[in-house]
Amino acid sequence: MSKGLAGADNRGAVELGGMEKVGWDEVVKGAVLNSFEGKVSNPAFSRPEERSYNAFSSYTATVASWRVFKPVYNRDICIDCQNCWVWCPDTAIISRDKQMLGIDYDHCKGCGVCAEVCPTNPKSLVMFSTFTPVDEALTQWPEKTKKSKD
Amino acid sequence: MAEKIDLKDIEVWDGNMAYANALRQAQVDVIAAYPITPSTPTVQNYAKFLADGYVDGDFIMVESEHAAMSACVGAAASGGRVATATSSQGLALMIEVLYQASGMRLPIVLTEVNRALAAPLNVNGDHSDMYLGRDAGWINLCTYNPQEAYDMVLMAFKVGEDLGVRLPVIVHQDGFICSHTAQNVAPLSDAAAYAFVGDYKEVDSMLDFSQPVTHGAQTEEDWHFEHKAKQHKALLDSVDVIERVFAEFKTLTGREYNRVESYLMEDAEVAIVALGTTVETAIATATRMREADGIKAGVVSPRCLRPFPMKEMAAALKGVKAITCMDRSSPNGALGMLYNEITAALFAEGVIIPTDNIIYGLGGRDMTMNDMEEIIKDTKANADAGKVVGAIQSFSGLRGPKLELY
Repeated sequence: MSKGLAGADNRGAVELGGMEKVGWDEVVKGAVLNSFEGKVSNPAFSRPEERSYNAFSSYTATVASWRVFKPVYNRDICIDCQNCWVWCPDTAIISRDKQMLGIDYDHCKGCGVCAEVCPTNPKSLVMFSTFTPVDEALTQWPEKTKKSKD
Repeated sequence: MAEKIDLKDIEVWDGNMAYANALRQAQVDVIAAYPITPSTPTVQNYAKFLADGYVDGDFIMVESEHAAMSACVGAAASGGRVATATSSQGLALMIEVLYQASGMRLPIVLTEVNRALAAPLNVNGDHSDMYLGRDAGWINLCTYNPQEAYDMVLMAFKVGEDLGVRLPVIVHQDGFICSHTAQNVAPLSDAAAYAFVGDYKEVDSMLDFSQPVTHGAQTEEDWHFEHKAKQHKALLDSVDVIERVFAEFKTLTGREYNRVESYLMEDAEVAIVALGTTVETAIATATRMREADGIKAGVVSPRCLRPFPMKEMAAALKGVKAITCMDRSSPNGALGMLYNEITAALFAEGVIIPTDNIIYGLGGRDMTMNDMEEIIKDTKANADAGKVVGAIQSFSGLRGPKLELY
């Protein structure tokens, strides 16, 4: 994961449900969850790392432990088509200015949709065991497949 | 800007028209409703007010009562004053969303016209829908006539929307006997009514883009219990606001409401506990019997069914020699709700009074003064014997062999 994307922020700071547990007298009325600390203006036009997510936003929680397989990203093959970014159901593909930067492994659940929709040959996103280190996975990348004439 | 209606000092309204005018005067932002007998005229009258320019808010026509209450939840979470009306099967279909509304602490007002639950299908009034909804976490306020129905809806907004309460409120009136019976109602002027209810105070509105919020979050075993405990405590704590609003309303109109209403109880030997229009029947019958038979009968009714006024109920009843609790809902395998809750309230105070349970009026079966007279005579017999003579539970106004249980 490139440093800087989650640099000063608190993304994935705790395991989901790991926030401080308070008593019945301190829980928020109606189980309402505020997304941010304090007021914000036009949050849709700021980047996640620029926003003041509060401790009850899922942004600050990691669900990495839910994952069995993970997508590994190969920068050398990627054509920045943004297909994976469009299809990811958990906004776990990190892209800036239409350039693919990597996977948000704090929120990726390993569904494999990104690898499925990747159009390059070989794929720029390949699913590996979540325990396979990324560097090792990159040495095991599949070869380009030739089109059969049938 | 909504046009005003110049109301007379006394209007002749049935219970539905009373509901509709109270909703109009409260200037509700969103009403989402689906018609069902006998509450249809509440929203029909309201929709006409809206079409004629007397309401600024929106009316959403939906495909079911489940959708109606769902739309209410969405509108309330968005940050507006919200209400709906229903009866019977409609309330039954709303039940899932009633729990959502209270758990999300959204102060929706539901103007309920009580009607029997099928099967067999029946459009007339009883309290089975009221009993079905009573555990859904809403404040439940009960009325006997159109005047009270009108008054209670205005107060319902003020109670539920109070920042210390933030809970939804159901107002009850009896189907047909109240909802379709035109009676004298002394309304407030539009300006006075709105001034009493006040502007809606937004809390965690989804349309406040400066503070984005998630409503309807999931909480599992590590958080759910705390949220439900806080909600239950808030419901019990709402009594302070209910009493304050009742007092403010009395100052404004002279009409007094109490969480437990007592009639003819100063020297009463026997007491009838009932809900809805039956309270008026019981008062009229008790008055007649005091003159004709010398039986000192009184009547007690929980105006505020939820939060249940346990101590006040015990205080109202502890001086009598016998009590009859009258439940207008099939108890389906138990004693009636009023019997269980009233005897528990007395037991908690260490008071044991012979108490029996009448099941009556299901599906709109009339409860006449003559029926009531027989019931009060039986209560007097229990008082004289110092115990319940015969079975604890019996059915009044039922054809066939006398049905006695427990």
